[in-house]
Amino acid sequence: MLQRKDAVVSAPRKVRGESLASKMFSDLRSDTLSFVAFVFVSAVILIAVFGPLPVSTDPNQLNLRHALARPSSEFWLGTDDLGRDQFSRLISATRVTLLAAAEAVAVSLVIGLPLGLVAGYFGGKIDSVLSRLNDALMSVPALILAIAVVAVVGPGLTTSMFAIGVVFSPSIFRLVRGSTMAVRSETYVEAAVAIGARSPRIMFVHVLRNIFPPVLVQISLLIGIAMIAEANLSFLGLGVVPPEASWGSMLRTAFDTFYAAPFLMFAPGLAIGLTVLAFSQLGDGLGGALTGKKASR
Amino acid sequence: MKTLRRVVITTPLLFVLVSFSVFAMMAAAPGDPAVDLAGQNAKPEDIARVRSELGLDQPLLVRYWNWLSGAVTGDFGTSYSRRQPVSELIGARLEPTLSLALVAIFFAVIIGVGFGILATVRQGGMVDRFVSVISSIGIALPQFWVGMLLVMVFSLQLKAMPATGYVDISDGFAPWAAHVILPALALSLMPAAELMRHVRSSVSEVLDKDFVLTARAKGMLTRPIYFKHVVRNAGIPIVTVLGIRIAQLLGGTVVIETLFGIQGLGTLTVDSVLGRDMPTILGVVALATACVLVINLLVDLSYRFIDPRTAQ
Repeated sequence: MLQRKDAVVSAPRKVRGESLASKMFSDLRSDTLSFVAFVFVSAVILIAVFGPLPVSTDPNQLNLRHALARPSSEFWLGTDDLGRDQFSRLISATRVTLLAAAEAVAVSLVIGLPLGLVAGYFGGKIDSVLSRLNDALMSVPALILAIAVVAVVGPGLTTSMFAIGVVFSPSIFRLVRGSTMAVRSETYVEAAVAIGARSPRIMFVHVLRNIFPPVLVQISLLIGIAMIAEANLSFLGLGVVPPEASWGSMLRTAFDTFYAAPFLMFAPGLAIGLTVLAFSQLGDGLGGALTGKKASR
Repeated sequence: MKTLRRVVITTPLLFVLVSFSVFAMMAAAPGDPAVDLAGQNAKPEDIARVRSELGLDQPLLVRYWNWLSGAVTGDFGTSYSRRQPVSELIGARLEPTLSLALVAIFFAVIIGVGFGILATVRQGGMVDRFVSVISSIGIALPQFWVGMLLVMVFSLQLKAMPATGYVDISDGFAPWAAHVILPALALSLMPAAELMRHVRSSVSEVLDKDFVLTARAKGMLTRPIYFKHVVRNAGIPIVTVLGIRIAQLLGGTVVIETLFGIQGLGTLTVDSVLGRDMPTILGVVALATACVLVINLLVDLSYRFIDPRTAQ
């Protein structure tokens, strides 16, 4: 937590002639591992956006004659119990999985960011009420709350990842609240108050701009955690609705045919593992780049 | 004083806040349990009778109050689909989940603290690098996937342990252990990985402190320094991480129990969701929340035993 605060105070504000983004990029390039992670994440995002286009086989095409085929030149990653080509499913599932994770993180930002700004900026009663609500949310296991939400609205990736986003919001709230408190008494905030800027403007322009770097790091980490949550929900059959596939639901299929075709579990599992790893490494790298020191690992 | 206030006011307040939100959410769910329970050819008066038996004709706040006053005494109402008290359902499923969670915590502490300390002894060495790789991977993989790998290796290839099921500890320690080890290992990986990271960073921070230098200068051996000074001072972040991870661990049991075919609270939850059995879901959520709240309280209370300086 202390390091996060450091990150705020020493966060490089826009230096003349060099934007924050370009500085972050050049710092990333000097850190090999983080740069690899950056390239990997970019590749995954590209696959999510354009991936399904070059895939010739329909990911939902049934082909029972080739059910549970081992990997071959025809089916690169083999086929599942309904003979669907695993490679094209893996590719088309990338978008589903990434969108699900992005949805959860977006929801947690929409909830956590403004409330954290308000709590950190105004303090006092508002802060203690919001912090109490935050504590309440944190005392429910994320997966169990998501499951309860699914019980109410029925299975589906959109609703369950929305619930995951709600449960994740405390981590954004706490970070934003703490960072806001740290910059609240900075000169530029006082100056903005002195020239008569209104509170919302100060919060969303001056404060937000300066606490954004650690939030960006947190977003990168949360995307990874959200992908794991998606995998868990789809594994339980509460996430993506068939025939659409996510990496998590592909693992469910692999589990159902575990004894007949154990090889099916490897590709989606590695896809999840590597992507989560890349996002968290990218987060560490960004954190290191922004605080000017290497991530403490 | 602060502690007392927390025990008497804050923690119960949080419980009420969470349980009411979930209660209201369940009440707002589409569908009418009275219609479902009255049967297919039920007349309107039958439905009305079932509705008043369930207390569904009362206002939300009254229903919540009835539920809460029951819940405090351990009565979580009656399951819709199984016509059985929820507390009985939970009671029957408690042991497997509790075994799983406790053994997983045990593994997480042994692996996490053990490797975390090993990594600091030779910083930058092979062990240190191994620990940093393992802890990154451990956080990045879904627990059930690790579980599947474990089953593949230890059950299918080596045939050393059963792949599914659960045996009560009262039916013998060895069969119980054989059934619990793999799922508990899968469950412990994530908290263990996180612990490793925190132990490593907090222990190496403490090692730089003056009192460690003093102890060394006095001629104290390395091992007593670790156990007397370092672990005590690095204990707080460790216990904190463990406290936070326990909520996640409880969620993880749902997936792991499904994977290993264990009839515990996790599988009860999934079955209840698929059967839209609201009282049971509410009971499980309330129980999980209460567990997390109590554990957080214990974590906070433990600070002053680990490090008396925090008592002020």
